[in-house]
Amino acid sequence: MSHVPVQTDAPRPMFDTDELVINMGPQHPSTHGVLRLVLRLDGEKVIDADIVIGYLHRGIEKLCENRDWTQIVLLTDRMDYVAAATNNLGYVETVEKLYSIEVPRRARYIRTLLSELQRVASHLVWLGTHAMDIGAVTVFLFCLRERELVLDLLEEYCGARLTLNSMRVGGQPFDLPPDWAKKVLAFCDIQDRKLPEYEHLLTQNRIWLERTRNIGVISAAEAIGIGLCGPPLRASGVNRDVRKDEPYAAYSEFEFDIPIGTRGDTYDRYLVRLEEIRQSLRIIRQAVAGLPEGPVMAKVPRLIKPPAGETYHAIEAPKGELGYFIASDGKSVSPYRFRVRPPSFCNLQALPRLVKGHLVADVVALIGTIDIVLGEVDR
Amino acid sequence: MAEVITFYVLAALILGFAALVVTARSAVHSVLFLVADFLCVAVLYVVLQAQFLAVIQVLVYAGGIVVLYLFVVMLVNLKRPAEAYSDPNRLGRLGLAMSLAVVAELGAIAAYGWVKPDGPASTLDAANVEQIGMALYTDYLIPFEVASILLLVAMIGAIVLAKREM
Amino acid sequence: MIEAVIFPLIKIVIVFAAVLVAVMYVVLLERKVQAWVQVRLGPMRVGPHGLLQPIADALKLFVKEDITPVRADKWVFTAAPVIVLVPALIAFAVIPFANQLSLFGYTIPGRVADVNVGLLYIVSVASIGIYGIILGGWSSNSKYPLLASLRASAQLISYEIAVTMTLVTVIMLAGTLSMVGIVNAQLAKGWWFAFAQPVAFFIYFVGGLAETNRAPFDLPEAEQELVGGFHTEYSGMRFAFFFLAEYANMIVVSSVATTLFFGGWLAPFPNVSWLSWLGYIPGWAWFGIKTFVFLYVFLWVRATLPRYRYDQLMRLGWKWLIPLAILNVVVTGFLKVLL
Repeated sequence: MSHVPVQTDAPRPMFDTDELVINMGPQHPSTHGVLRLVLRLDGEKVIDADIVIGYLHRGIEKLCENRDWTQIVLLTDRMDYVAAATNNLGYVETVEKLYSIEVPRRARYIRTLLSELQRVASHLVWLGTHAMDIGAVTVFLFCLRERELVLDLLEEYCGARLTLNSMRVGGQPFDLPPDWAKKVLAFCDIQDRKLPEYEHLLTQNRIWLERTRNIGVISAAEAIGIGLCGPPLRASGVNRDVRKDEPYAAYSEFEFDIPIGTRGDTYDRYLVRLEEIRQSLRIIRQAVAGLPEGPVMAKVPRLIKPPAGETYHAIEAPKGELGYFIASDGKSVSPYRFRVRPPSFCNLQALPRLVKGHLVADVVALIGTIDIVLGEVDR
Repeated sequence: MAEVITFYVLAALILGFAALVVTARSAVHSVLFLVADFLCVAVLYVVLQAQFLAVIQVLVYAGGIVVLYLFVVMLVNLKRPAEAYSDPNRLGRLGLAMSLAVVAELGAIAAYGWVKPDGPASTLDAANVEQIGMALYTDYLIPFEVASILLLVAMIGAIVLAKREM
Repeated sequence: MIEAVIFPLIKIVIVFAAVLVAVMYVVLLERKVQAWVQVRLGPMRVGPHGLLQPIADALKLFVKEDITPVRADKWVFTAAPVIVLVPALIAFAVIPFANQLSLFGYTIPGRVADVNVGLLYIVSVASIGIYGIILGGWSSNSKYPLLASLRASAQLISYEIAVTMTLVTVIMLAGTLSMVGIVNAQLAKGWWFAFAQPVAFFIYFVGGLAETNRAPFDLPEAEQELVGGFHTEYSGMRFAFFFLAEYANMIVVSSVATTLFFGGWLAPFPNVSWLSWLGYIPGWAWFGIKTFVFLYVFLWVRATLPRYRYDQLMRLGWKWLIPLAILNVVVTGFLKVLL
């Protein structure tokens, strides 16, 4: 990207209006992590945005080549640290695919429960931070209040709130604590009562509508062309959800809808994610109701050594399609190659296209609407 | 007695600030001295029992017009035009011409005042808003309307100039 | 002699001190109200329920290091916070807190001064405060605070027009520019101007939110904005002045709203016989209660609404509020002539 001002033969305007280059980040309250944006402005309008990432790169993929297959679960937690359970799930399912392990049904139900609880928590964080960036600070506190309930549930299950380490290759490490399922249902009821509160503050609010309607519009064709995934893709009208298209865990046994947007603007992405929370609660209730008895762990050897080969497996994380590509050489206790396809990284590529033509104040709303976590983007 | 002292002090301040406006190095300082000047003029109005005029002076002049001066001074690149370098005496000649015009005008006003007999001293009552209002809308209606149209033209001109090509 | 000089001096000191204390506690009130709305508690440690928090904040700001940017214009940099604070404080000179107070055998009018153009005095003094914001941004010698300050002042000037238009309708109803006269007119007419002029009151309040840079119009000073706002380079006591000035302006807007639209020191329902006990509550207490209600609404709005983008803000002021205010003036004029 060149920073040379454009020379033209047009008559020079009365006021000196060169392009302004502004740097946003990496330390900035609204970039949701250590993201750096270099914006080129013409007055208030953004002409171009250059994204600089890598400030949170920890070499996770390389680290995984020196850990054994069970230890890697810990590392996956730390990529999308807001939604650790889905990271775990993607990884263990990929290894199980490579190993051809059949996971017991109870374990699959528990995995689904954890994933959907995590989806609710992740979307609540998203809603809170997005609303706070646009100025509605109270919504942030309300959403985090409900997220605390989810984190309490997760802590009761696996002992940790954020970096869960809640799944293993072949099943689950622990069975559900007593009464856990009842508490999950109680949480669902509470969340169902609180969602209208958030909607009351935002959905029909004139200021919210003015800040999000027709901001960052992406058509369905463009979305597919850029490679978007997850809620941004669905808000643009494309019916693609890995849970429906290529079901994994126990999703094929549940009934749920996929919210699809029409306009592909920030408001639609807000509505889509809000509806996804409701659908997640629906799945959770069905899972708790139909929880089968049985073992939670398959017969897996002590030292996991998948046969040589490579595979790719994707799941629907809260932020989009999370894919793992794992190559094993059959001999060592570590993967030969561990590669993640993070949804935030792919969605972030849409940002320059989104901000073009909008005002500086919209940039913050647009970063929020893609829902990125730098841990995932940088790994 | 107190009024006379007040008047002379204020006059000194007003003239002093005016001199500073002209001689200040930075354009922003010039504008700030102008604001101080206008505030002193407002005080003068209060001394003359014209409170409404004083407040309007502060509100419109100091608080509106000069703020926009400040905007222009801060945003527009004020450099000497290219022609000034080729002719170093240009500014001097311009200044001389303008000061001659001002002196001629002052002389004309003084002569007019000398020739015309003094009219009755007008008094402003406590509710001088009403008085001014009545005068403005009955005796001085046409100048009022002309001033309004002038402002309208200026506004339209500013909008046309600032409008960007789409 | 005493009445002409000493009483006003004493009143000035009292009002000054009261306003400064009130400003400090409005800051605490904001933190508490926001906290309670957001399901948390706010300051609780310093003093019982955080009541000594403002003193701790004031102490902290006093002893903070005073940093002046190297190439900043020293005089203007020092003057800017003062230019913002002083107008906010001197506006209280014409606000009537009560009708008459009888103390020690003297009847003291419940205001510092009754200027016959009191309302315009407040408006003009507020317009001087804009200089402080512009100069604060400019004297920091950094392009981002300058741009932010120019935007903030453009916002203030735009909404000043709408607000002044609503004041015109109040003047039309009251027939006088004096603040005391306006309250007395509400007493004479038997109803408060908020009910006679609901549109004007609404525009005044929204304009007041914009004038004081409060949410939802606080983009120029939002932390999420790209630029740090016009007071980026200020620290310590200088920053405290900007901060105090914003809250003092809030109190001024609330007091003026009380005086103009809600009867100032008048008790509500004076004609209802079974509510006549309300008349025993002193006038200054009524004034305080009403002003407090407005301040609370200011804080409430901040906790609830998202913020407008700058161009939407300007569009609201110019395309909606100003035409509405002018229409209101025209309609009021018609009704006044016809009725």
